[in-house]
Amino acid sequence: MLEIRRVSVFYPGAEGSEPVEALRNLDLEIGPGEFVVALGASGCGKSTLLNLIAGFLAPSFGQLRLDGAPITGPGRDRAVVFQKHALMPWLNVIDNLAFGLKLQGVAREDRYAVARRFLSLLGLEQFETSPVYMLSGGMQQRVGIGRALTADPRILLMDEPLGALDALTRERAQELILKIWRAQDKSVFLITHSVEEALFMGTKLIVMSPRPGRITHRFDLPFSRRFLDGQSARAVKAAPDFIEMRETILRIIFADEEQAA
Amino acid sequence: MSFEPHAEATRAKPAQAQSHWLRRLWRAAPTKPGQTYGVPGEGRTLPISVGAVVLALVAWQAVTALGLVAPLFLPSPVQVVQKFVAILQSGYTGAPLWLHVLVSAARVFAAFALACLIGIPLGLAMGMSPVMRGLFDPFLEFYRPIPPLAYLPLMIIWFGIGETSKVLLIFLAVLAPVTLGARAGVRSVAIEQIHAAYSLGATRAQVLREVVMRAALPEILTALRIGVGFGWTTLVAAEMVASTQGLGYMVLSASQFLQTSTVLVGIILIGLIAWVFDLSMRALERRIVPWKGRM
Repeated sequence: MLEIRRVSVFYPGAEGSEPVEALRNLDLEIGPGEFVVALGASGCGKSTLLNLIAGFLAPSFGQLRLDGAPITGPGRDRAVVFQKHALMPWLNVIDNLAFGLKLQGVAREDRYAVARRFLSLLGLEQFETSPVYMLSGGMQQRVGIGRALTADPRILLMDEPLGALDALTRERAQELILKIWRAQDKSVFLITHSVEEALFMGTKLIVMSPRPGRITHRFDLPFSRRFLDGQSARAVKAAPDFIEMRETILRIIFADEEQAA
Repeated sequence: MSFEPHAEATRAKPAQAQSHWLRRLWRAAPTKPGQTYGVPGEGRTLPISVGAVVLALVAWQAVTALGLVAPLFLPSPVQVVQKFVAILQSGYTGAPLWLHVLVSAARVFAAFALACLIGIPLGLAMGMSPVMRGLFDPFLEFYRPIPPLAYLPLMIIWFGIGETSKVLLIFLAVLAPVTLGARAGVRSVAIEQIHAAYSLGATRAQVLREVVMRAALPEILTALRIGVGFGWTTLVAAEMVASTQGLGYMVLSASQFLQTSTVLVGIILIGLIAWVFDLSMRALERRIVPWKGRM
């Protein structure tokens, strides 16, 4: 269980100006097996929030705890998937997947055994020894997700992981992430710009708003369940209540944008 | 269809342009499938280079054969080759040619190895730590642009006229580019790669060893190529004082006796050795950093 209590973050402003309030009094809980998606206009503090959870950034005020222990820095219980996959080009696919285990000193054969399980889960069996720079963007991103999973984190942090993919690859990757999420039973925190992606993937949605960054709306989402219960992704996304919700959220975000402008 | 004639016209034009290769210098023709349009400097250079070298040799031979330049200033290529064969057979000033080559190569590569041993860790440390950068940056930046000939007297005063001062002089010339390259290499690691490693549980030492040093490798290899080049350019200066062997010594002493063809033999040998080493470094680069520029 990840608990975020009354967290505020101030960035130092430009010379002589006021500090910028990136997050104000934010409260959020991410329970075991929950899939929390953050949506919002740019500058709403989504990435700041992810950096806080990852431990790259310390809050100005407030507290973050994971299973009761305060977060004091990055650690392998909170693996991050980046928008730019950030793979290591000097390692091939399986060594990238097993990178976290190597850091923990796991023997080569053991870490390959673990990595191979994710290789097939990600549909990359034929690319075990391929150099990662030869892979397509979608495959590279799958390796990035697999690398985070191989480290067996408590919570998976995804910073717009599918933002750079084309529409078709993106939908396939969404389905893959959902399937893996159910199989692995991890908590997930996902940042996205796509309302459709947010609705389709999350069990919980937070809509954030800029200046100062804060959560303005929270929703519980039923849609990923429908997909995992056997409905096709297209059917889920074409359902009337999905479309209605999508429009509601879009109206909220556009209203935020206008207010800010 | 109405746009057909227009399409035909645009298709016909480049075909004309392609017919005259000179015109391609000013306007690129459309690419063949599998190539990318408009990549600056794209194309094969080997035949052009071979042609240029052959042309230069022919011009050299022509100028000398026609008696336009006195052999004292520029001996003909044939004379240079004859001189090379002569030195190969009977040596130069009492030492066989292979010994001159070996002595010089040993000096340059000893200095190069020393510069790698010190420069790469130093550059990495300077890239990783503001303290190290603050400590060493002023000295490195101060001596870097000074010509080796200027501090050669100091080297001799401090370290004598033996091998030490010679190797140290070359070492100093190689050290700066190698250190700066390793330091720049640290900068070439993407912050996401570092964050990814930390979020997978890496320690600072692991980030340095498993991420930063690997990511810096392409820059370091480039720096080594540049560095060893500096080493060869300093060779003649290093062998100026109290040498009886070495290619630099050969060039210098031959010049004092106006043996221009021997000077040319020495210059060409230095150039060829440096070139072959650079080629092997590039081959090494392709082997150990095949990802360079691709991610």
